[in-house]
This record gives sequence, structure tokens and C-alpha cells, in this order.
Amino acid sequence: MIDLLSFLVFFLIFASFYSLTCLGLNMQWGFTGLFNVGVAGFFAIGAYTSAILTGPAYDDTILGGFGLPALVGWAGAMIAAGLAALFIGFVTLRLREDYLAITTFGIAVSIQLTALNFKTLTRGADGLYSLPKPLSGVSDSAFVDNALFLAVCVVVIAIVYVALERMMHSPWGRVLRSIREDETAAATLGKNVFGYRLQAFTIGSAIMGLTGGLYSSFVGFISPQDFLPIFTFQVYVMLIVGGSGNNLGAIVGGVVVWGIWSGSGSIIAAVLPPGLQTQGAAVRIVLIGLMLILILLFRPSGLIREKRVISEEAILDPAK
Amino acid sequence: MLKITNLAKDFGGLRAVDEVSFEVGERTITGLIGPNGAGKTTTFNMVAGMFPPTSGEIYFAGERLDGKPDYYAFRSGLVRTFQIPRPFGEMTVLENLMMAPQHQLGEQFWNTWFRMGAVRAQERKLRDQAREILEFLNLDHLAGEAAKTLSGGQHKLLELGRVLMSDPKMILLDEPGAGINPTLLGEIVERITALNERGITFLIIEHNMDLVMNLCQPILVMANGKLLMEGDADSVREDPRVLEAFLGGVPA
Ligand SMILES: Nc1ncnc2c1ncn2[C@@H]1O[C@H](COP(=O)(O)OP(=O)(O)OP(=O)(O)O)[C@@H](O)[C@H]1O
Ligand SMILES: [Mg+2]
Repeated sequence: MIDLLSFLVFFLIFASFYSLTCLGLNMQWGFTGLFNVGVAGFFAIGAYTSAILTGPAYDDTILGGFGLPALVGWAGAMIAAGLAALFIGFVTLRLREDYLAITTFGIAVSIQLTALNFKTLTRGADGLYSLPKPLSGVSDSAFVDNALFLAVCVVVIAIVYVALERMMHSPWGRVLRSIREDETAAATLGKNVFGYRLQAFTIGSAIMGLTGGLYSSFVGFISPQDFLPIFTFQVYVMLIVGGSGNNLGAIVGGVVVWGIWSGSGSIIAAVLPPGLQTQGAAVRIVLIGLMLILILLFRPSGLIREKRVISEEAILDPAK
Repeated sequence: MLKITNLAKDFGGLRAVDEVSFEVGERTITGLIGPNGAGKTTTFNMVAGMFPPTSGEIYFAGERLDGKPDYYAFRSGLVRTFQIPRPFGEMTVLENLMMAPQHQLGEQFWNTWFRMGAVRAQERKLRDQAREILEFLNLDHLAGEAAKTLSGGQHKLLELGRVLMSDPKMILLDEPGAGINPTLLGEIVERITALNERGITFLIIEHNMDLVMNLCQPILVMANGKLLMEGDADSVREDPRVLEAFLGGVPA
């Protein structure tokens, strides 16, 4: 019983990482229509920033050993990813839409390669290890510790969710929605389209960075392997399956698709002989692709449909 | 108020606007007429900052407008409507109006948390103002509907409503009469006159000659991308070049 429970807790912690990343992407893609193909890159920036701020000193790196508290690491992760987005957005968001996709993809790949090769910062493929895990050792059982970490994740998601909902129902969100519909008309009404896009892009990326921080703290070890483009693909599938443009959908999509992804992984590992395991991993990707196609065919709006967002004070009481 | 000099726009090989210069006096209701394809809307588009002119200059209230970002004209008090309306279809009619005004506290997202009370108060004020305008435009019963469900004529009214929300110095209207029923059009004309008396300058593109002749003074006439003439209703009516342009001949 406790085995099953601890597996569930473990599963939900990872699912919450994906859900949180989906929330960040939803701000960009779902609400603003920004095609960020570099989700893995912002996640990586957050993970490395937090790891360096909170981690131990290594013999072979030039920066580290600060041993700061996890909260500082996570805040740093958000800020670093946000600043990176601010910079990238500043140079690309004025250009035609497709440039953002090309640039973010390139940057995510560069970040991953930097992590692999800038050994005196990241230890390359050997990764940063022994990162302190917050809340570990507060109780005698690893299960309780993990459950507490899950609680932290849930609280973070709740805060982010409430904050994003508030913003979308505010006049700020109203401008964002108008831009998504018709940027020319919005500009004609005096809205600085570029400025709003930059804000949405930065906020979304900061959330991705925060997730990277949480991830590195929980796993205790990060290496460039964790930040491959497949991660970005997964997160898009999650958001589309869950329901792009709906924050609840983003959370649900993260949990559901992660369930299918990890579930199919366990099944494949159990059924296939050792010689075929690599092919098995490929089957998983095919499976996810298949799922994406099925959703797009039969429920294009995702599991949880985008609902019409109306700014708070513009909601009319039908009784009146 | 508005002054353009030698304004020109090329679309590929086509010269849509050809070295046009005119001035719109403060507090006037100036008309802009001309056959289809004369370059009227293109002139509007350049003045409102939708795309840059190929050459020429635009001054509004003494300040140069061309070369500025697309949202700049609105911020200096110059708003326009579109010939083909561009409502935000997924937003409600009420929201379409509420989003228009400049300087909303809530447009900075941090104010959503740090100045919640002030944002709310401002929103309520905007809402009341918007409903008043919607009532005038006979759209109030649709306030909560998605804007995309409105009819073509109602879309035109909605754009007018957005413009009225924004407290401008000058309004550019691109065919405000197209598709509007005569009774309501009469009321809109009254409203334009009233706003004009309060100090707002208008530049109006319109094909409805009755409307233009009665409402606008002076009237600018464009044909084939050029400014043909400028004058009051009578001189426009009597000018042989205008007649020729409208009756299909290309002026020599
Ligand atoms: N974005 C564009 N790209 C290419 N050509 C354009 C564009 N906009 C306008 N034109 C061309 O420029 C010319 C002038 O068009 P414009 O819309 O300014 O005419 P108009 O005077 O507003 O006519 P109407 O009374 O029919 O609205 C037309 O020949 C049109 O085809
Ligand atoms: Mg036109």
C-alpha cells in the first residue's frame, strides 16, 4: 500500500512540474499566440541557476558553493529565465511571428550545448549532483518528505494559477486577448502590442524557470540530458491535450499526458526484452504523437475547452 | 490640426496615393470623397500609422506622426474607424468598448495586485460610460454578447462606440454611413455635430453625398490617388473635374 502511495506521490511531483510548465506556456501560446519552441531552454536556465545558487562546491567548477536556501534558488531561477526571455523577446518579438519560433528553438539548443560543453560551470555531461533537497529529513520517512514536497508543488501551482487567472480577468488580460485577435486594431486603439507580448513572454518563461528550479531541487541531480527538445514537444502536447487557452486545462493536460507517458514507459519496460528497450522508447514518442492526432481530430479544443474570459467588471448580471 | 504634405504610397507598381497635400482645420468636420479606389482609405491608414508612407510627411497638432510606432497616433489623440470593421469578435460588446480608453490603471498587470481598489473603481466608471454609449447606439441589449455575433451594421456602430470611448482630439471615420439604417444615421450625424461643438475635429470618408454635403465643410476630393480639389459643398458640386471623376472618366 505504502509502495503504491509513494509511487503516486512521486508521479504527482513530476506531473506537477509538467503542469507548471504548461501554465507558463499557456500564458505564451494559449493566451498570446507566441510560438515558443524553446521551453526546454528556459527550464534549463532555471534548473542550472537554482542548482548553482543552492548547490555544494565542486572541485572543477568556477562558480558554486553558495549553499543558499531553496527559496532563494527558485526565485533566482525565475529571475534568470525571465531576464533571458526579456532579452530574447526584445530582439525577436518585433519581427515576423515565425522568427520567434526559429530563435527560441536555436537558443534552447544552444543552451543545451552550452550546458554540455561549458564544463567549468555545469560539469558538462557529468552534471551537477548532490543538490540539497528541501524538506528531506524533516521526518523519518522518505515517503512523508516527498509528500511534503508534493504539497509545496501544489501550493506553487495554486499560487501561479490564481495569479494567472487574475491577470487574464484584468484589463491587462483584456488587452492581451484583443492583441491575440487583431493586433492591428489593438494598435489603432493605442495598445503597445510589442510591449504586451514581451510581458507575456517574460512571465511565461519565468514560470518555466521556476519549474526548472523545483525540478533540480527535487531530483538533486541535473545534466544536459534533462533538457532535450523532446521536453518542449511533450509540454506542447500536454497543453494541447489539456486545452490551450485554459489554465485548468494546462494543469490537467500535464497530469494526464505524463500519466500516459510514464505508464506506457513502465509497460514497455516490462513487456519488451532488454534488447528492444531502445526501440520501446521510440514507441512511446509514437504513442504521444498518436494521442496528439486523436485529440486534434476528435476534440481539437482539448480535454478542457477554452472558456470565454471576460474581465471582472465587464461580467453582466443577467438579472439586471 | 492635421497636415499632410506630399504624401505618397506605392503598393508594388501601383501608386495608390500620389503626392497628396492637405490640411484639416481644427474643429472642422472635413469630408473626403472620391470614387472607389481613389486612395482615401490608404490615406487614412498612413495617417493612423497602420503603415508608413512611401514618401511625404504627416503632422498632427504640430507634431510629426510618420515614422512613429503604430500605437502613437491614438496616444496623441487621433483615432480612426475601419471601412471594414475590425471588432474583437471573441470579446463581449461591452469589453470591446471598455478596452479602448488610454491610461487604464489595470493595463499594468502589477496594479491588479497592488492597486486593486483603484483598478476596480476605474473599471466600473468605464463600464458605466460604455453602457451609456451602447444605449445611444442601440447596442445595449447586446452588451454581454460576443462581438462576432453582431450584424455588419452593428459592427460599424461598435467601432464608432470604441472611438467615442477614447476621448480623442480628432476622429477619422471611414464610411460611417455604410450599412446603417437612416434613422440611426440621422442620430449619429447629430452626435457627430454635438461632439464637434465640444471641440473634436472630424475627417470623414463617405459615399453618401447627401450626408457629406450637409455635414462636411470643407470637402476634399480625391481621384486616382491625387487630390483633385478642395472646397465647400457648392463648389464641389459645380466643379466639372469632380463630375468627370465620379462619372467614370479619368481626368486628363
Ligand atoms: N494593402 C494594399 N495592398 C495593395 N494594394 C492596395 C492596398 N490597399 C489599397 N490598395 C490599392 O490602392 C488603391 C486605393 O485603395 P483605397 O482603399 O485607398 O481606395 P478608397 O478610396 O478607400 O476606395 P473605396 O471608396 O472603394 O473604399 C486601390 O487600387 C487598391 O487596390
Ligand atoms: Mg476606402
